[in-house]
Formats: sequence, structure tokens, C-alpha cells
Amino acid sequence: MSATFLGIPPFPEAAEKAVNDSQLRHNLRKATHTIRDKRASVVGELHDDWQHLRSEGAAVKEHTLRHLDHYLEQLEESVQRAGGQVHWAADAAEANEIVTRLVKATGETDVVKVKSMATQEIELNEALAEAGITAYETDLAELIVQLGEDLPSHILVPAIHLGRSQIREIFLEQMAEWGVPAPPELTDDPKALAEAARVHLRERFLRTRTAISGANFAVADSGTLVVLESEGNGRMCLTLPETLISVVGIEKIVPTWSDLEVFMQLLPRSSTGERMNPYTSTWTGVTPGDGPQEFHLVLLDNGRTDVLADTVGRQALRCIRCSACLNTCPVYERTGGHAYGSVYPGPIGAILTPQLRGMSSEVDEALPYASSLCGACYEVCPVAIDIPEVLVHLREEVADSSGHLGEKALMAGAEAVLSSPRALGAVQRAAELGRNAVPRHLPGMVGAWTDTRDVPDVPAESFRQWWDKRGKERG
Amino acid sequence: MSSREQILARVRRALADVPADEPRTRAPGDGFADSHGVGPTLEVLEDRLHDYRALVRRVAPDRVAAEVAAALERRGAARVAVPAGVPQEWFAESSVELLRDSREEPVPVSGLDGVDGVVTGCSVAVAETGTIVLDGGPDQGRRVITLVPDYHLCVVRADQVVDGVPQAVRLLDPSLPLTWISGPSATSDIELDRVEGVHGPRTLEVLLVGSGD
Ligand code: SF4
Repeated sequence: MSATFLGIPPFPEAAEKAVNDSQLRHNLRKATHTIRDKRASVVGELHDDWQHLRSEGAAVKEHTLRHLDHYLEQLEESVQRAGGQVHWAADAAEANEIVTRLVKATGETDVVKVKSMATQEIELNEALAEAGITAYETDLAELIVQLGEDLPSHILVPAIHLGRSQIREIFLEQMAEWGVPAPPELTDDPKALAEAARVHLRERFLRTRTAISGANFAVADSGTLVVLESEGNGRMCLTLPETLISVVGIEKIVPTWSDLEVFMQLLPRSSTGERMNPYTSTWTGVTPGDGPQEFHLVLLDNGRTDVLADTVGRQALRCIRCSACLNTCPVYERTGGHAYGSVYPGPIGAILTPQLRGMSSEVDEALPYASSLCGACYEVCPVAIDIPEVLVHLREEVADSSGHLGEKALMAGAEAVLSSPRALGAVQRAAELGRNAVPRHLPGMVGAWTDTRDVPDVPAESFRQWWDKRGKERG
Repeated sequence: MSSREQILARVRRALADVPADEPRTRAPGDGFADSHGVGPTLEVLEDRLHDYRALVRRVAPDRVAAEVAAALERRGAARVAVPAGVPQEWFAESSVELLRDSREEPVPVSGLDGVDGVVTGCSVAVAETGTIVLDGGPDQGRRVITLVPDYHLCVVRADQVVDGVPQAVRLLDPSLPLTWISGPSATSDIELDRVEGVHGPRTLEVLLVGSGD
């Protein structure tokens, strides 16, 4: 019933396919550039304070990670005190099993879902389906992806690879199977499509008694969970049902309620490029007479403690999933999200996925090479994750073990950038930000195809360092 | 070993590099600002709400009842939901039927689906971001009443408005269920074209009461 990332070829092949898809490229460019511009303008409004907020955000997250055991126990206690139940899931299978059991206990076979990366990561919908439970996605883009039996391609706008006429067709063909059908006269006007989704989902919201969510933040001292959204589907799921189950990665913790002073400024501005997103819901356990009367928090490890153990890679766990690094990445802009073979695409995916999954496949080993190391992702990251540093670190790990696939992946990443003048512009800007410019000729394999192509300003200083070092290591 | 113990043990093992005496609390940084001095509080709030395409009206304190009545009339509302603790005087000049909702005597969802709108107060409003926060207080009610109806009329007093997000976070009580509202619901999921009004009230109207002096 639903697609998975299993079977997506490693980055080089997948990227090549994507780069040749012109509809995809058009959508991606429009999306990434629009959001990028909006973000720059609302971040600019805060002047110097943005950098203060950014370093505070990074410091809060770093501190939390360094004392994660303490804050996990504190969060558990706070949630329990407020009437919630806390469950611990070591891996995806255990999380799925817990959620399935909780849903079964309600006697329901339908659940509504708020967009959540964690539940996509563990493939919860598929696990529920096996147990005879249907999970209905309610975010518009997730609904489109679910109805179209497709895969998300962007953290924030998961259906960005589809055009309006494709969406219209999906609605006309699929909505009836899932519930209220689309009106036969449906046009491809985004207003009409959104209205069709409103009508399709409304009846579902009003009668479904169990909801599943993730959370953007979990506050240790107060036990509060926080969900930011735009459409109101989140409020519907968090308010109307009797039972709420939230699956939250253990890295989502912030220590205190007052830390939200920082993150409620960083996240909306960095993510959608708005001063504030339309709706944010916060809840603490159960409120008698208001909202779900049963609340379960499922704390998910699923590889996160492995990431935590790597003192360089650890910083990836600060990520607040704003997607700014995707929107600014010249490689993502050319390849789209699917090429990354994971629910976490773009630069953050390139460092998070292989760490979470433990570089267990060709797909994972290729990911640290899905970048030109231009550094633009680091510049925009609201929690100052040095993504290039982690990429280089992971490349060293790959090189130590096999090293073979990396070369192909590297070519694909660089190819995606070099074939686009706009992408080169981004790269140049990044280079101005402090990374030195590049040699005209690159050594080894890459040199072979730079013979036929001038290499203007690829930000290959760090690239070259890596290459040289790697050459030495391999003798 | 339970998964709880297993995860905590894994976390502790992963953090072997963290010195045992590193403090577990951290003093919040004072490097960032409370607000960003963008202009007079109420004007900024008004501007931001306009920006989100919410309807906004500045109202003198003695004109609240008249403006509530006028807003509901413009909307053509005959039956509206209200939290049980809403000030009676707001409706002194309206002829609409009021459906009172409380935790003890909730209006069923099907009933809320049939009303023409909802009228509430708020807890805090943030000028810079155009945000109104509801905390379930007596004049704000259960979360569902401001969610299911298609029209939300919110009365915001000047003394409830702060400039920046940090000030609001300090005033809010995290033990209460909070809803932060910044304009009507919206989506940009289709080719990044913004469409206002998906779920939740498609129209947000704000009466901003008083001058703030
Ligand atoms: S790595 Fe940084 S920029 Fe990228 S999604 Fe995470 S927080 Fe945002």
C-alpha cells in the first residue's frame, strides 16, 4: 500500500536519474529558491541577534546531548507526573510493536497521523498495516504522498517533486478509495486542491479516536511536548482524539521551558521563512476535560545512541529538522530528495542516515560523498552543525573500510553541481564565506572528466584536502 | 534488562568523554534579545496580523460590545460558540445565539461543526511575530472550540501584548495546553503556492482593545 526507500539505488545512480528529470528540477529550483529567499529576509530582520540565537540554540542542544541520560530521566518523570505514560523503544521494531499494542488496546483500526519524521524513519505505517490498522496521513503533502503511493522528497514540503496536475490526478483517482472522494469537477488550482483535502480529511478528524504524532521539542523540566505546523491538521490530531501516541527521538529534548524562547524563534524563521508558523500546540501530559485523556510518549533510540558515541558525528543530533540545509544545497537542488535513499534527505541526511544505520549498505557508504563540501549548509544551520566536518569524518570511515563506491558518488555530487550555473553561484557565495577557491585540475579520477570541462570555482579546498589525504592513506 | 535501562546504559557509554563533574545545569545565555525594537507594540502586532491576512480592528475599551456585534453581523453569524467564562458584556449589543462550552459541559464536536464561529479572549499576544496564544483560561476555553468552527473572533487587550517571543514564553504556564496562532491556517504544499485556510478556522478576526498606555 505504501512505498519505502528500500531498493533505491545508491546516490550516484539515483542522482543521475533525478538530474535528468526536468519537472523535478523545475519544482526543486522554485521551491528551494523561494524558501531560501524568504528565510534570508526574516533572518535578516533579527540582525545580529540571529547569530546570538544560533549560538544559544547550538549550546542548549549540545549541553542536552552531553547529559542526555539525566534529561531523559527528568522528561520521563515530568510526563508521568502530568498524567502521561512513557515507553522506551531501543529500535524501530520495538517502537512499532509498542505503538501497535497501544492502538490495539483502544480497539480502533483507524488512526490519524501528524507529519512526523520519526514515524517515517521506523516505517510505522507499514507495521500498523500488517496489524490491520490503517494510518491516515493528514498533512497535505503527506496525504498526497500517501495517496500517490509515493515517497517524501523534502523534510518540509515532502511532495515538492509533484506538480499540481499530478496532484489533481492522484486526488481524483485515489481519494475515493481512502474516504470522501474528490469532486469530479476538481481543477488543478492549489486552492481547489486544498479544499478537496479539507473536505476529505474533515470527516476523518471528527470521527477518529486515536492519533499518532511526533514532536519538535520535548521539554524535560515541564514534561511539555511541542508541535509546530501550518495547516491545522496537527491541532486536529492533537485535540480531537481520545488517545494520543507521540513517537519522539531521544535527541528532541530541551532542558527547560525557557529554552523555547530561542527555538521558537530559530525554527519558524529557518524552516518556512516565516516570523512564526500558523499554529503551534504544546501539551503537558493530560488536561482533564480538554483534548486526549490518554497520552503515551514513546522515546525512540534506533541508532541515536550510536551517533551520540561519535564525538565528531554527535552534533548531527542537534538538528531541529528545519530543512534550511536542503534548500541551500547545490547538490540537493539538482538531485532532489529521493536520491538520498532515506527519509532524511539533503546535507543533514548525508550525515545522519549513515550514522543512524551504521554504514551498513552501499547506499549509506555513498551518502557522505553526496556533497561538494561547499559549506553553505553550515552557514544556514540554526544550530550550527558543521555538516562538512562530519562529512569528511564519515568519508574517512568509508575510505578506511572500502572506499570504492565513494568515488562514483563523489562524481555524481560534483556533476550535479557543475552542470548548473546557478548552483555554481551558490558555491561561489559559499566560497566567499571563507573557504578558499579551487585548483583548476583535480587529481585522479576526477581529473579525467575535468579535462573536458573547465572547473571554475568549485569549493574544493576541503574537497582536495580530503582527496589528498585519502590518496596518502591508500598509499 | 529493560529497554529503558538498555537505552540509558547506551547513552552513558556514548558519553564516556564527558567529564563526570561537568555541571548538569547550564545558565541560560543572556546574549540574545527580548525583542528587536521594530516599532510601537500595537502597531507592529496590527501590521503582522494584516500580513497574515487576518482581519484586525483597533477598538476603544468602551466599544468592545459594539464591535463584537458589528463583526458577527458582517460575518452573518447567527450561532456562535463561546467559552463559559467569556465576559458577558462583550455580547451586550449582539443578538446572536451563544453556545456555551466548558470542560464540565462540553458542546459535542458535531455541535461545534454546525456553529457560525467562535469568540474568545487570549492569554498573551506577541507583536513581532503576530502571534496570539490561548491557554485554555476561562475566556479561551477548550482547544477544540477554536479549531472546529470556520471563523474565530479573538478579543486581545492591549495589556496582553508583548514585543517579542522570549517575553511571551516567560509569561506562559507550560502546564496548560497552549495554542499559538499566527494568522489563519495555511499550506504551501502544492508547488509552494500559499493557500490560506486548510483545517482550523479559515478566517481569523482580531479586535485589539485599548491603546496600551
Ligand atoms: S542540519 Fe541544521 S539546517 Fe539542516 S535541517 Fe537540521 S537544523 Fe536545519
